[in-house]
Parts: sequence; C-alpha cells; structure tokens
Amino acid sequence: MKKVKWKVALIIGTVLLAFVFFLPNTPVFKYMPQWWKDNMPNRGIALGLDLKGGVHLVFEVEGDRAVEITLERIADRLKEILKKRKLRADIKVENSRIVVTSKEPEVRQAILDAYPTLDMVPSDKALVFKLNDKEVRRIKDNATEQALETIRNRVDQFGVAEPVIHRQGTNEIVVQLPGYKDPKRAVELIGKTAQLEFRLVDDESPVAAELPAYVMPGEEQDVIKKFKDKIPKDDIILFKRVVNRETGEVKKKPFLLKKEVLLTGDLLSEARVAIDQRFNEPYVSLTFNKTGAKIFEEVTGKYVQKRLAIILDNNVYSAPVIRERIAGGSAQITGSFSMEEAKDLAIVLRAGALPAPVKLLQNITVGPSLGRDSIEAGKKAGIIAILLVTLFMAFYYKLSGLIADFAMLLNVILLLGAMAFLNATLTMPGIAGIVLAVGMAVDSNVLMFERMREELRAGKTPRAAVDSGYDKAFITIVDSHVTTLITAAVLFQFGTGPIKGFAVTLSLGVAINLFTALVGTKTVFDIINSRREVKKLSI
Amino acid sequence: MIEIVKKTNIDFMGFRKIAFLISGILMALGIIGIIQVANGTANLGIDFAGGTAVMLKFEKPVTLQQVRAVLESKGVKDFELQDFPTVNKVLVKIKKKEKKLGAISDRIISSLKEGFKDNKITVDSTMEIGPKVGSKLRRDAMWAIVAATIGILIYIAWRFQFRFSVGATIATFHDVLAVLGIFNITGREINLVLVSALLTIAGYSLTDTVVVFDRIRENLRFISKETLEAVFNRSINEVLSRTLITSITTLLAALALFLFGGAVIHDFALAMILGITVGTYSSIFVASPIVLMWKGKGPLIKKK
Repeated sequence: MKKVKWKVALIIGTVLLAFVFFLPNTPVFKYMPQWWKDNMPNRGIALGLDLKGGVHLVFEVEGDRAVEITLERIADRLKEILKKRKLRADIKVENSRIVVTSKEPEVRQAILDAYPTLDMVPSDKALVFKLNDKEVRRIKDNATEQALETIRNRVDQFGVAEPVIHRQGTNEIVVQLPGYKDPKRAVELIGKTAQLEFRLVDDESPVAAELPAYVMPGEEQDVIKKFKDKIPKDDIILFKRVVNRETGEVKKKPFLLKKEVLLTGDLLSEARVAIDQRFNEPYVSLTFNKTGAKIFEEVTGKYVQKRLAIILDNNVYSAPVIRERIAGGSAQITGSFSMEEAKDLAIVLRAGALPAPVKLLQNITVGPSLGRDSIEAGKKAGIIAILLVTLFMAFYYKLSGLIADFAMLLNVILLLGAMAFLNATLTMPGIAGIVLAVGMAVDSNVLMFERMREELRAGKTPRAAVDSGYDKAFITIVDSHVTTLITAAVLFQFGTGPIKGFAVTLSLGVAINLFTALVGTKTVFDIINSRREVKKLSI
Repeated sequence: MIEIVKKTNIDFMGFRKIAFLISGILMALGIIGIIQVANGTANLGIDFAGGTAVMLKFEKPVTLQQVRAVLESKGVKDFELQDFPTVNKVLVKIKKKEKKLGAISDRIISSLKEGFKDNKITVDSTMEIGPKVGSKLRRDAMWAIVAATIGILIYIAWRFQFRFSVGATIATFHDVLAVLGIFNITGREINLVLVSALLTIAGYSLTDTVVVFDRIRENLRFISKETLEAVFNRSINEVLSRTLITSITTLLAALALFLFGGAVIHDFALAMILGITVGTYSSIFVASPIVLMWKGKGPLIKKK
C-alpha cells in the first residue's frame, strides 16, 4: 500500500511538472504573475519554420575559389619579391597552380623560401607550384568560418528576430529567418560576395575606343571573347548595368580596366545610405578608415584627370573622372538603386566581403498562413485520434479500457511537457509523431490486457491475473519499444529539420509510453485491488 | 468480454505458399520502385530530385487548365501541377537542374499574379533545392534505411536468435518495400517525408513481429510434445487478437491524420495506414514462416 502511495505521488508530480513546462505554449501564460514569468520555465515548445513560417536557406561556400584567390595573392607578392631581388620571371595562375617561367636558376629556391606551403609539381617546361593539401584544407575551412562570421554580421544588421545561423558539414552554411517572407531579398543580402574594388579605367589603349558603347544583357561573353587577344596583358573588360530611366530597359556598357586593384572594401570604416538631391535617388556613401583614406588620397593625387572605376563583385557601378586629389577618404556608389537595394548594399559593405563566393543550395520558404493551417489541422487530427482511440478502448475493454485511456492522456500530457522541458522544436511531422503516439500509447496496455484475459481464462483470480499479466507482458513491451527507439535514433541522425522533429517526438513518445504503461495503469489496478477483493475484472 | 476474434485455431503456416506469392509480388513492386528511384524515373519529390516547387493559394477557385494556360503563355516550361481543390491551392513543380536558384520561382509567381489579376494569390511556400542536395539526400536516405535494418538485426539476434532476426529483418524489408512499391506504382511522390514514414513503419512492423516471436519463444520453452509448426501456429493464434487490436488503435490515429491532418501530412498518413496493414500481415505470414523454414544449427531456442 505504501508503494502505491509513492507511485500516485510520482504520477501527480510528473503531471504537474509537465503542466508547468507546457504553460508558456498556452494562452493562460499571459495572465500569470510577473515573478512566474521570470522564474518559472518560460520557453515552452518552439515551433519549427514549417509551422511558424519563414525562410530556410543553405549556402555552399566555394572553397575552391578561396584557394584560387589566395594563389592570386601569392602570385602578386612573388612578383614583388622577385623584382626586389632583380630576378626576371613570368608568373601566372592557371588551374589552381602557379606557373613560373624564368631562366634564372635561383628563382625556384626563392619562391620555396618565401612560401613554404607551396609544393613543386613535376613539369618539364616551367616551374609549377601548388598549395599543399594541408594548406588547401586550412584555407577552405577558414573561408567557411569567415563567411559564417560575415553572414552573421549581415543578418544581425538586417534586423530579423531570432535568426539561426550555423555551419553544416565542411562547407555549408544554414540560415533560418523565422517569420520572414521575402527569400529573394534575403538571398541577395546574404549571397552577395560584396567585393568592392577601385580600378583605373584604361583610356589610353587604342582598344578602348573599339569597344561597343552598349550591348544587350547576355552578350557580355561575346565581347570578352572578341577582344580577348587584343587588349593589353594587364587589362580586363568589365560591364556596367545601365537602366533607362523612362523605359526601364537594361543595357550593359563595357569598360576597359587595369587589372591592378588600387583599393578594396576591407579598408572601409562606414557605409550608409544618402539621397541624391538632383534625382531624388538613394546612393551609398562610403568612408574609409585611416589607411584607406591615405591610399585613396595617394591614388587620386597620382591619377588626376583619369577615370577611377568603382566595382562591386565584378560589376562596374560608376567611373568618375578624378578632378583633384581627394583627402578625407570618402566616396560614393551610385547606380539607380531602390531605397531597399541601397539599404542592403550599405549593410553588406559595412559587414564586409565574403572570403569567397557562396552558392545557394536550398531555399525553403513557408508563408505564415500555411503554418497556421498546419497547426489547426494537426490539432484537429490529434483531438479526433484521441477521441476515436478512447471510445474504442472503452468499448472493447470496458473499465480497463478507461484505465488505458487515462494512461494515454497521461502519455500525451507528459510528452508535451517533456518537449517543453527540452525546448524541442515542433514540426509538422512532429505533430504526426504525437498523433501516432496516441495510437501506439495504448499498445502496451492492449498487450497486458490480452495477457490478463488469458490468465483469467486459465482460471486465475482477478488479482493474480493482473499481476502475472503485467509480469509476462513486460519483456515483450521492452523489446518492442527498443526496436522503435533504434529507428528513431537513425531518423534523428539522418534527418534534416522537420524529420529530426519527428524523431524527437517519436522517441520521447516511446520512452514516456514505457512509464505510463508500467507505472500509470499498474497503479490504478493496484488501487482497485487493494480496496477490496475484486470478484470480476471489467476487461 | 467483447472479442474481435474468439479462440482460433487457424493453420497460418499452411498458408505460407500463398503468402509468399503475395509477398513476392509486393517486394518485386518495391524493388522496381528502388530501381526507379535510383535511375531517376520515379516520381521523386523536389527534395530528392532537385528543382523548384511553389505552393500557391488562390482567393477564388481555379482549374488546373487555367493555371496551365497562364504558365504556358508566359513561357514557363516543364512544369507539373497538382491541385488541392478544397482549399484552393495549387502546387507548381519544376524538376529541372538549375545551377542558379531563385529565378524560376520568381517567374512562376509573377506570371500567375499577372495572369490572374482578379484572383488574389498568396504564396504558401516555395522550395528550391539544388541538384547536389537532392542526390546527397537520396544517398543519405538509403543509408538510413540500411542502418536501421542493421541495428534491428543485431538487437533481435541478441534478444532471440539469429534465425529470428533473419525473419524479422526480411519482414521489415518486406513492409518497407511494399509501401514504397505501392506508392511508386500509383504514381505518388517519393520524398523525404515518405522516407521518414518508411522508417516509422519499419519500427512499427517490428513491434508486431516481436510480439509474435515472444510468444513463439515462450511456447517453445514450455511445450515440447508438439511439432514446431504446431507451436508456431498455436502462438500466432494466441496473440492474434492482440495483433489485430494494436493495429486497429494505431490505424484509428493514422486515419484521423489522413482525413483531418491537412495536405502536408496526407501522404505520410497514407503510408502509415498501408504500412500498419502490411506490417500486421507480414508478422504473421512472412516473419514466422521464415524462422520456421530457416535451417539453422542446433535447436530453435534452448529449453529451460
């Protein structure tokens, strides 16, 4: 009898705890006193993006590009080093290799001394170097880490509540923006490399005059191909997007630029939106830090009367003529932006460039109404499932069936409480998991009841039938539950977002089911049996 | 006492030839399904195939013909449509391997908004999956099913005997294959949600099988006069009502999901309904006969 009291206390205790944890998910929580909200569990079950609505993006950081960029940087440095040592050499970057042609025998050792991370690749014509595997891995890993940091900065400044940003695997970044509806804008903001560069326009080369004034979008590659062999070795062709203010027609204007980058966006200290008074059009105003301002002053002083192109991610935005040396370090990017575009551009420039381009792998966007519909449908299905199962059990097993129903309700309450305790995320498949748990919750009881019926048929007293029914069914129940737990574990391991949610509810449901079946119903039977000798079991 | 089945004495093992024929067909369907998933000819969901899916909600009812006409006139190609007429929703799917994501869903949405000016459209959800993700997910899903099976095999072998674990594993595979096969042959979509349903079915079907095995083990220990076949039949008969009732209760829950759970969960619930039914059948007609017929070394379960 004492044991029974303990069990009753245990059940009541766990139910109360479950209510306390689940309370934040109910409307009642609003009316609780402040001390309760502050000190008692206040987070409850979180809703997954599929129920709350929002944007789920997965980006891949193009690590190979990061390696390439590093190689280009090394090649530039090597040119300077060899020049200083008066060693003649021609240095190119090709297919992730640095290719050096030189007649001087010391060049090889000079390069290896300067960059010990370079490995020689056998080749009979030129000296060919590549980065060693360890360094390549380090660069890729670094690129992902840096990209994560930059994206976090951008999203923070963007102002979405409770964003989730994390790394997945070696080179993927997951961004979740709950409640946000516009995936296009988010992708633009996060996926932009935002590499800001200042380069000189090469107006001196005769090729510059040969370039067509405008081409249609899509024809850029043709122009590049056509002039590939004509343009000077140190030049490149980039395009500016030109929008006709009246017709909205888009054209591309080619520019012949010097390859050398005079100044980059890492030296910015501030970027913000301002309004151009003439056209009432927003533009982004840039301020350089001390180093940047110094370089900018030098550059503008050196190239007066030449055109300086402002380039973002290989698109020319403007190419004003330098009238005079500019001190103070400020510049501006114009380019018929909408207010929204200008604002986002300022954010990405402030947050800094991505170390390598990122590619969108996955975009799942759920509107808020779908989420609400799903929750409503889930609730309805859940309530109907509970009713159907309850009625069936009461009809089939009479009073004992009601006891099983009690256990099932206990199961649902504890399941919700446990999920709230773990701050688990509820997803649509998770709701399905709860509803199925209702059906499976009575399984253990069915097992025991059928066993009890057998014992009764064999002529045992009700009390003995209950006891041996429990004992004999116990092993079967454990075996069958463990197998479900194995599959739930696999689901958790393999699943992404929503499926993980399902695995969590399924495994919690199974574990709690063990408790409610073995402690819950047994206690009720014990209480009934302890009062008086039961003559007939209602089963 | 209400009883669905009174005390029965059915010769379940005697049915095994017919059962193996039925199961053989079901499993063949499943294997065809796996081949079609592998070579991409099955109706794969966007999550596995890669591509774009946009779910749109219309204010007023529309027909698929109208939607198709608008999309075609705007030059959108290779799309599939699926409608949910009770809620005025239409799903537009394009399984095309685009390198750059984003452009297609924009085009679908803007085309339809232009084409249905007097019918307000809200975007319920958009899903864009790059081709790399799809193939990775497909591979992961296969591994998940294999891993779950191996885990189960080991557990049953430990708790019972290797022969039992062979029976249980084949029965589990049977159920998963049958549901996959039925989904494939009826042209339903094979996606991530179905895979999680299949894994759940694997777990559930096993529960059923374990209960039957448990009784066989128990009876083998205490009853020595009867033939093996008789012990198997007796055990299944003894737990028959239990097997049916647990299936009924879970079926009731799955049915509630199927009818009221909404579009997202509809196919999941259908898979569960099929899986529960096939799982119950297989624990009786597939798992047990295999244990009976498997020529293992030594006696079947040592007597105490």
